[in-house]
Amino acid sequence: MRYAMAIDTKKCVGCGDCVVACQTENNVPHGYCRDWIVERVDGTYPSLSLEFRSERCNHCDNSPCVRCCPTGASHIGQGGVVLVKHNKCIGCGACIQSCPYDARYSHPEGYVDKCTFCLHRVQKGQLPACVDVCPTKCLYFGDLDDPNSDVSLAIKDRKWKVLAPEAGTKPQLFFLT
Amino acid sequence: MKTRRDFIKISTAGAGAAAISVKAFGSKGFGFFEPKTEGPVSDEDLTPYPTYCEVCFWKCAAWAYVDKNGKIRKVLGNKNDPHCNGRLCPRGTGGVGMVYDEDRLKTPLIRDTRKDGSQYFREASWDEALDLVAAKMKEVKEKHGPEAFGLFNHGTPGGQFHHLLRAYGSESNAEPAFANCRGPRSSAYFSTFGAYVGSPECTDIRDTKCLVLIGSHLGENMHNSQVQEMSDAIDKGATIITVDPRFSTAAAHSSHWLPIKPATDIALLMAWIHVLVYEGLYDKDYVEQYTFGLDYLKDHVKHMTPEWAYGITTIEPEEIRKTARAMAGAAPAVVIHPGRHVVWYGDDTQRGRAMAILTALLGSWGKRGGFYFPEGVSVPHYPHPHFPEPKWTWKDWNDGKYPLATMGITTELLKASIPRYNYKHQVKAWLVAGTNLPLSMPDKPLFKEAADAVEFIAVMDTMPMDITGYADVVFPEATYLERYDVLRASPNREPNIALRMPAIEPKYDSKPGWWIAKQLGERLGLHEFFNYNDYAEVIDWQLKQLGTSLEEMKKVGIKKFPRKSGPLYLGEGEAFDFNTTTGKIELYSVDFADYGFDAIPNYTKHPEPPQDFYRLIYGRAPMHTFSRTSNNPNLSDLMSENSVWVNPKVADLWELKNGQEVWLKNQDGAITSFPVKVRITERIRWDSVYMVHGFGHKNKKLSRAFGKGASDTEMVTNVLVDPIMGGTGMRGNFITFLKENPEVEGKEVKA
Repeated sequence: MRYAMAIDTKKCVGCGDCVVACQTENNVPHGYCRDWIVERVDGTYPSLSLEFRSERCNHCDNSPCVRCCPTGASHIGQGGVVLVKHNKCIGCGACIQSCPYDARYSHPEGYVDKCTFCLHRVQKGQLPACVDVCPTKCLYFGDLDDPNSDVSLAIKDRKWKVLAPEAGTKPQLFFLT
Repeated sequence: MKTRRDFIKISTAGAGAAAISVKAFGSKGFGFFEPKTEGPVSDEDLTPYPTYCEVCFWKCAAWAYVDKNGKIRKVLGNKNDPHCNGRLCPRGTGGVGMVYDEDRLKTPLIRDTRKDGSQYFREASWDEALDLVAAKMKEVKEKHGPEAFGLFNHGTPGGQFHHLLRAYGSESNAEPAFANCRGPRSSAYFSTFGAYVGSPECTDIRDTKCLVLIGSHLGENMHNSQVQEMSDAIDKGATIITVDPRFSTAAAHSSHWLPIKPATDIALLMAWIHVLVYEGLYDKDYVEQYTFGLDYLKDHVKHMTPEWAYGITTIEPEEIRKTARAMAGAAPAVVIHPGRHVVWYGDDTQRGRAMAILTALLGSWGKRGGFYFPEGVSVPHYPHPHFPEPKWTWKDWNDGKYPLATMGITTELLKASIPRYNYKHQVKAWLVAGTNLPLSMPDKPLFKEAADAVEFIAVMDTMPMDITGYADVVFPEATYLERYDVLRASPNREPNIALRMPAIEPKYDSKPGWWIAKQLGERLGLHEFFNYNDYAEVIDWQLKQLGTSLEEMKKVGIKKFPRKSGPLYLGEGEAFDFNTTTGKIELYSVDFADYGFDAIPNYTKHPEPPQDFYRLIYGRAPMHTFSRTSNNPNLSDLMSENSVWVNPKVADLWELKNGQEVWLKNQDGAITSFPVKVRITERIRWDSVYMVHGFGHKNKKLSRAFGKGASDTEMVTNVLVDPIMGGTGMRGNFITFLKENPEVEGKEVKA
C-alpha cells in the first residue's frame, strides 16, 4: 500500500479551503498550517499563464526528515505516510531544515508538526479533510498500488510533475498540468 | 491570494522569490514535549446540528459539529444540498471563526457623553437598550409618522427587521444588494425574459459546452455550486471565454481570455451580436418562435462590426469572430454568465440587456447547458394581521426617477435623510441590520453627512464593524451558528428547503435577530405580528404545512420536493408565454422605449484615466466576503490584508517595489485612511489597478482587521448612476500613488 495525492492545477482556483479544512480538522493553531497555496505567474501581459498549487508534505519515499531525526520521532507510518510522534520530538528542527518543501513547522508547544494525510480519517475509510472539502474537486487521494484508486486513475492519462525532483526525495504528490 | 506561506514562497516570473523565513526552532527550547493541544476528534464523538451558511449569501446547507465540551469543532457541507454538494468553500469552512472571534460584540451598547463632552459607549442591559430604541420608534412615529424610520438591511436577520418595520408602518427600506450590486442585472433580465436569474443563478454550468464570463471572476468569487460546476465543465472540456482586463483565476482556466480595455464591454457584446446576426449563426427557429424585435436588432447592429469594436475594446476582430463562432457552435448549451456585482459604469442595465440578447440569439434561455427554469418551495407565512399601509414608501424618494427599480435604493435613502436635499418625504432615524454601510456603499462623504443628519441610529451586528461607530444603540447579534432563522427556500433545479438551528447557545450576551425584532415589536404593541415565544414554533408550523416537521428537519437539514412547474427546460418547439409586455423574449424592449431609454443597447464612451491616474478595479478574494470576514481568525489567517495590484511597467515608472506601502488618492482628492502594499504583477493591465474589496477597517476593536490594507470604497466618490434602476456605478474612479504618508506633512504632533 502506498498513499499518494494528485493535484489538478487546471482546476485549482487557489481558494485555500484545503488550508482552513485542515486547520479545523486537525486543530492546527491560528498562524500555522500543514498545507498551503502557491501561486505562480509566468509571461508578460497579455501572454500569461497562472498556476495554483495546493501543497503539503510530499510523504517522500526517500525522506530526509526521517533520516535526520535524532530521536526517531519522525517515522514512516502506514502506507508510507511520514509522521511525527509529538511526545518523542525534542523540537530540534533538523527535519525542518532538511525538508526541501518547507512542509514542517514548529508547533507553539514546541514539537514539530506536519500533514498526516489525515491518517485518522483514512483508516476509517474517509478521505483527508482537504480532499473531502475541495470545491473544485481538484485533489485526488488514494493507494498507488491500487490501479483503480482515485489517485492512480487521476495520474494515468494526464501529464504530471513533482516538485524539486532534483532533491531525490521521491515525492508522492503529483501535480497534474 | 496570499497565504502566509505564499508570502514567503511566492514565485513570480522575472523576480526572484523573496525568501524571508519566519520559522525558527521551537520557542521553548529543547526537551521532550507533552502536547496540550487536542488532536483531531473522531466524527462519531461529535454531534452534528443542521445550519445553512451566512458568511456569504449563497447559503450552503451544512452541519456544525459540536464536541462534548460544547465547542463547535468544524462545519461541513450537507451532501444532499445543491448549493454545496457536501463541500463548503473556505468561508463556510472558516465560518466557525465568526463564533469564536474574541472581538465580537458582547453586550448591548448605548452612546453616552462624558462630563468633558466626549462620547463613548457604555454597556447596557437588553431591557434598557430595547426600551430606548422602542421609545425612539414611538417618538418618530408621533412626530413624523412611522415612514420616517428607515431600514438598511442585508442577510437573513435583516428580514426580521423588515417584518418589524412593516408591522410598525414603514417601508422605507433599502439594501446594498440591489442598487450597489445586483440590481441592473435584475432589470435587464426581467425586461428581456420576464424573469430574474435569482440566487443561486439559474445558470446551467453543469451541462454547458461554453461558459462566457464578462468580468465575472468565478473562483475568486466563491459562490459555491457555480465554482463546482465550472470545475466540472473544465473536466468535460467545455470552452471557457473570459473577458476581463485582469488575468483573473477564471481567465487562467479559460480557453480564450480577452484582455479587454476597461469600460468597453458593451462594444464587444454588440460586435458578438453583429457576428451572430450577419453570419446567420443565431438559432433561427428559437428566435422566430420566442423573440420580438429581430429586425430592429439587425438594423441597430449593422455598423457594430468586429472592426468597429476593435478600435474601442482593443480585442482583435478575428478573436471576436472566433469566440462568437465558438458560442454558436456550442449553442444552445452556452452560459453567458449574467454576473453578480454589476454596478460598473452607470449603463449597466444596458450591458445586462446586451448579455441577455446574446443569450436569446444563442437560444440558450430555457435550454440544457444554458439557463434552466428554477423552482422554489413556497413557504407559508406564519399568520399575522395585515400590515398597515404606509403613506409613502422608498418608491416615493425616487420621484419618478429610476422607473425600473424594484427595491429601495440605498443612496436615495441617504439623500432622503439629509434635509438639504429637500426630499418631500424625509427620513429621521435608521435601523441598520447586518450591513456595514461605510465599507459597502460608495460616496462616503454622502454617508457621513446622512449619518450626521439623522436623529437616531440603531445597529445590529455580530462584530464591531465600522457602522457600529455611528450608532446610538448597538445590539449584539448571535452568529448564524447560534440561532434559528427563516427557512432557506431559494429556487433551484429541485425545489428544497434548509433549516438553520442553533448548534450552541449564543455566546456572551448576544441574541438572535428574531428575538431582538420580537422584543421591539412587543414594546411597540405589535404582539399580533410576533405571536410566538420561540422562532422554532414558527418554523415548526411552516414545516408542518409543508408536510414535514422541525423534528424531521433537525435530522436531515435539507429536504427536497418534487417540481410542480414542469421540466427544467423548454421542449422542442414548446409554446411558451414570457412574462414581458409582448409575451416574447424582447430583443427590442418595449418598456425601455416607453420610458425613453434605448430599446436596444448602445455603446457609450466613458472617461479615461487622466495622466498619472489608473482605473480602480476591485473584486473578491475566495476566502473573504464583503468586509465581514476580514477579522475572522480562520480567514484572516489565509489573507490578512489586501494589496494594490500594479503592472510592472507602471511600477517602473513610479519606482515602486513589491510590498512597498503606498497611500492611494483618487480624482476627487480622497485619500485612503491607511496605506496598502503594492503587489507588482503582470496580471493587471497598465491602465488599471486592482484591489480586493473589504479591507481598511477603521474600528480599533477589530484587532486583526484594523488598519490592515486599504478600503477601495473610500476611493469611490464618483458614482455613475444608472438612470433605469438607480444602480450606483463604481468603476469610474481613478487613483494615483502617494509614496509618503499624506498626514505627516503640516500636521501638528502632540507631545
